Amino acid sequence: MFRHAAKNLLRHRPVPTTSAAGAAAARAPSRTFSADAPAAQTADAGFVEAWKKVVPNIDPPKTPLSFMEPRPATPASIPSKLTVNFVLPYASELSKKEVDMVIVPATTGELGVLPGHVATIAELKPGVMSVHDGNEVTKYFVSSGFAFVHANSFADIIAVEAVPLDRIDASLVQKGLAEFTQKVNSASTDLEKAEAQIGVDVHSALNSALTG
Amino acid sequence: MSAPMPFWRAAGMTYITYSNICANLVRNCLKEPHKAEALNREKVHFAISTWKDGKAEKPVIRSDLAED
Repeated sequence: MFRHAAKNLLRHRPVPTTSAAGAAAARAPSRTFSADAPAAQTADAGFVEAWKKVVPNIDPPKTPLSFMEPRPATPASIPSKLTVNFVLPYASELSKKEVDMVIVPATTGELGVLPGHVATIAELKPGVMSVHDGNEVTKYFVSSGFAFVHANSFADIIAVEAVPLDRIDASLVQKGLAEFTQKVNSASTDLEKAEAQIGVDVHSALNSALTG
Repeated sequence: MSAPMPFWRAAGMTYITYSNICANLVRNCLKEPHKAEALNREKVHFAISTWKDGKAEKPVIRSDLAED
């Protein structure tokens, strides 16, 4: 009669009705599952059930999915702040920072992200990203990357290289701009022309970041 | 629906190559202590070995570190 305990437990977990289930509930560690994050439960429920059928007395191992925090749900009304995660391959610049607005340089133009912005994926071009929090504005020059805005007012911005504007050397920028403009004119193959054009784009973006 | 092809893709470059070139250009335009740190951070050292007929051939070492 205890063979069916696990199956009955999972089905009637809140109110164990049969005496077998009741007795087993006192012994079996099914209570620990109720503490698992609710979103993880739905993903692993099949595995947990199958485990329980075979090994009812041992806790199932935690799967990688159960360690992931479920994304916060989309609130019914627009939240007052935007939560920004700004990461680089070697560092996490901003992690869950609550700000008022973020302006990112997308290939389709400057994208201003406010809380409640529609879910968007934007590819970034070399340009200035500014983070507005109250009266403070922090600006970074971003080399390229992506911005993911989620429906629950979370924004993930990833960039390969991002520097605060005061770390940019104006003379090197001018030199680079002149060098690449000259390369664009003298380039022969398509690839060389593309590389030179990228150089011109990046350096003119750096230039307008410093002057603008 | 899709945007027109960017010039670098039309020239045969992939997005990763484009992104890495942009990042390198930005790193080269930094002011001194930050520039040295950034370039140092990106140094790599690895060995590639190709296998042929079940045997490893001599590995090719690619390195940005000073050769000793």
